Amino acid sequence: MSDIVFCKGGGCTAKLGAGVLSRVLEKLPRGEYDTNLIVGYDSRDDAAVYKISENIAVVQTLDFFPPMVEDPYTFGKIAAANALSDIYAMGADVITALNIVCFPENMDMNILGKIMQGGAEKVIEAGGILAGGHSINDSDVKYGLSVNGIVSPDKILANNTGKEGDVLILTKKLGVGIVCTASRVGEASEDALDEAVSSMTTLNKYASEICRKYNVNACTDVTGFGLMGHLHEMLSDRLSAHIISGSVPIIRQALDYADGFLLTAAAQRNRNFTEQYIEFNNIPFAVEEILFDPQTSGGLLISIGREESEKLVKELCSAGLPASIIGEVTKKNKKEIYVS
Amino acid sequence: MIKVNAVGDACPIPVVKTKNAIKELNGSGSVETLVDNEIAVQNLTKMADQKGYKVESKKIKDDLYSVIMTIGEVQTENEDKAPVVSDNTRGSIAVISSGVMGTGDDTLGAMLMKSFLFALTQQESLPEAVLFYNGGAKLTCEGSASLEDISYLAEHGVEILTCGTCLKHYGLSDKLKIGGVTNMYEIVERMSRAAHIIKP
Repeated sequence: MSDIVFCKGGGCTAKLGAGVLSRVLEKLPRGEYDTNLIVGYDSRDDAAVYKISENIAVVQTLDFFPPMVEDPYTFGKIAAANALSDIYAMGADVITALNIVCFPENMDMNILGKIMQGGAEKVIEAGGILAGGHSINDSDVKYGLSVNGIVSPDKILANNTGKEGDVLILTKKLGVGIVCTASRVGEASEDALDEAVSSMTTLNKYASEICRKYNVNACTDVTGFGLMGHLHEMLSDRLSAHIISGSVPIIRQALDYADGFLLTAAAQRNRNFTEQYIEFNNIPFAVEEILFDPQTSGGLLISIGREESEKLVKELCSAGLPASIIGEVTKKNKKEIYVS
Repeated sequence: MIKVNAVGDACPIPVVKTKNAIKELNGSGSVETLVDNEIAVQNLTKMADQKGYKVESKKIKDDLYSVIMTIGEVQTENEDKAPVVSDNTRGSIAVISSGVMGTGDDTLGAMLMKSFLFALTQQESLPEAVLFYNGGAKLTCEGSASLEDISYLAEHGVEILTCGTCLKHYGLSDKLKIGGVTNMYEIVERMSRAAHIIKP
């Protein structure tokens, strides 16, 4: 059986739309309030932070999805880097991880071996211990990690604590979603796919560790909801932002693919959910699309006071990251996000 | 009318199939695409809007939608709009005299400059050359946030020239990444010969 389709379009393009999801989440019952849960109740962060002593809080997160690339080993690395990223977005360190595996029993087990090898390598690079996991026989392949991290409670980087006057920094290029999609229909160049893969397999560990040396006000990782969706969460009905689209780092070929209408369903879902908060000031169609592009293992979006911002960007860039200042946080305005 | 069945196809396949059908039309006509979800209808509609095709969509029943695009007689062909140094811009040069665009706030100015160089790469016709001097000289050197955009310009035939005196002044003589080094005589000559000067 050589025609097993390993990659049907996965990664964060497979995420449920934010619109559908929030309608369900709003109706969930809440248990008794526990003051030790520092992050997780009302915020839209996707990790939970629980204080277990004055000096230590545990950060818990999980992430898994279907393959977005054809090579199982690369898929394993990407899925793990993506799952580990939530820990880094919180400013925490990885301690343990467990595998989450869905795999068809009749498929070649060597493929699974390659996936898990890629994942294990990334956990080791993160300085964590891969301590087990759970696997399910399923019709489609899915892989990811459940990850635990630790952080000092006063060092937590929440995603919605930005301040008016802050500068916004993005540490990876946008466009990996559409590049993988273009690749699936045979229209991506090798260069573009290489760049996307190398970006997706880069741990946010390095960006996160640099951030900790600065007074970062808020931090999140840009994943399935795209830059616009995650920025919307960061502003959290309290602030507005002005994005200068030309300074947003983007994989160049991604713009060509958007101009060629290799549009993902997830980007459109992101647009449907977030567009109402955004005013686009006459920017090219392709750039607009990429701002909604769902990112798998995307970069950190950092909100920091402007005095320190340039130094931080310089240090991120010297660590080899394509970091760039992309805009600024302003007081709450009529629209939430202005893009020019 | 060409009919395209994209029921059961995940994005971007419905758009890809429709694009191929439009190519097959080889002129004016209509293409009807059947899809099974509303997001695909929205993506098809976006393409039609961008291309200037007339588009109508309707829900036939649950999980079945029809999108009909009508392609007009005269089609503005902008398929291959890869930017080129065209004749009408021959003679125009861009001059980057600072690392920031405008005066006021330098954080904003740096963002604007990066944005300017990116937007320059997105133009349909590119300038003949870009001259970088004083603070602008840093943009063609190692560590510049605009290296990729400037390389793109260079690859598309735009001459990239950086002031040698400036490189020396900033201690960047061995950090130049793209293009050649120029001097005041050439800067003056290029600027006085240019039909237009673009200056952010």
